[in-house]
Amino acid sequence: MVYLLIFISAIFVNNIVFSQFLGICPFLGVSKKIDTALGMGAAVTFVLTLATIVTFLLQKYVLEAFHVEFLQTILFILVIAALVQMIELILKKISPSLYQALGVFLPLITTNCCILGVAIMVGDGTWVSKIPGAHSELLQGTVFAFATAIGFALALVLFAGIREQLSLNKVPRAMEGTPIALLVAGLLAMAFMGFSGVV
Amino acid sequence: MNKALNTLTNGIIRENPTFGLVLGMCPTLATTTSAINGMSMGLATLFVLVCSNLVISLLKNLIPDKVRIPAFIVVIATFVTMVQLLMQAYLPDLYETLGLFIPLIVVNCIVLGRAEAFAAKNSVGLSLLDGLGMGIGFTLSLTVLGAVREFLGAGSVFGLTVYPADYAQLIFVLAPGAFICLAFLMAAFNKIKK
Repeated sequence: MVYLLIFISAIFVNNIVFSQFLGICPFLGVSKKIDTALGMGAAVTFVLTLATIVTFLLQKYVLEAFHVEFLQTILFILVIAALVQMIELILKKISPSLYQALGVFLPLITTNCCILGVAIMVGDGTWVSKIPGAHSELLQGTVFAFATAIGFALALVLFAGIREQLSLNKVPRAMEGTPIALLVAGLLAMAFMGFSGVV
Repeated sequence: MNKALNTLTNGIIRENPTFGLVLGMCPTLATTTSAINGMSMGLATLFVLVCSNLVISLLKNLIPDKVRIPAFIVVIATFVTMVQLLMQAYLPDLYETLGLFIPLIVVNCIVLGRAEAFAAKNSVGLSLLDGLGMGIGFTLSLTVLGAVREFLGAGSVFGLTVYPADYAQLIFVLAPGAFICLAFLMAAFNKIKK
């Protein structure tokens, strides 16, 4: 039951893009086509889930064990950067087809703030406050990270679909490009507000 | 002297991080629920930008080219941790409000972007001015966006009541308002610049 709540909360109610404002840069940057949006969504799902497992374990067994919690930011960002590099190398070796599909998106992911953001949320255990019955432990934290990434992918694909249609329309000169995209994102955020109170 | 002035003003208007370069969108949208919050986030970023630009331009000849990005990230993360600890100690309320977005300054594209594009190539003095200019530009745009959202959403600016909050539209303080206000401000900026 609690896993269902985590999924609903992370995908719809507290969507990472529309209500937490994390990962806006790739959201605006790679959402011009549905194909690239799907690729980016898959890459983020992969990295976010793995990164959260690794950083959660580091938080528990290194930072908290040695009482050096203040090093969290430095440690997490370095681990994420190294992890992304490693995933890239491993994928290239064992699954060239997957590497073909996700490769170009991987380097961009290090500076995607939703990865570090979710890693910190799960590491500190602040995410449990939004979901009744959830506990800050490895399995639930990982499920939360996975569900959050699915929410990100959903937002990205929805937005890309709208932008594909939008590119055929005439837009006032000053609104061209980012402004109209932001306006569309605002309307989508309004739609997602309809889910508030579900969990 | 002219070049120094150019570097300083570059970030404020021509290449304004928010409206011109469209970088650092996450804190821009998330922390501008009021003018004060926007300004504080801007100032925290300004501090990190100036310090990291300064240190990176000092170290640019010592850092091997291949590991420059991780090295830059460590420098930036160090200053972010400093801001985080100082805020926790002296401004705990503000730290609560800005929350997650203070550690996330590390992955703010402006900071790493300026380190890579400017500080790694230019002299210490110019890098300092570039960081200052970019930081001021970022702070100004966040303050303006925060003020507009606070005015429309809560009927006040910098906490001073302008009209009764009953007439204000709360949506502008919530998530959709952030996107919509930024869209229109950016359109206005484009119009004026042309």
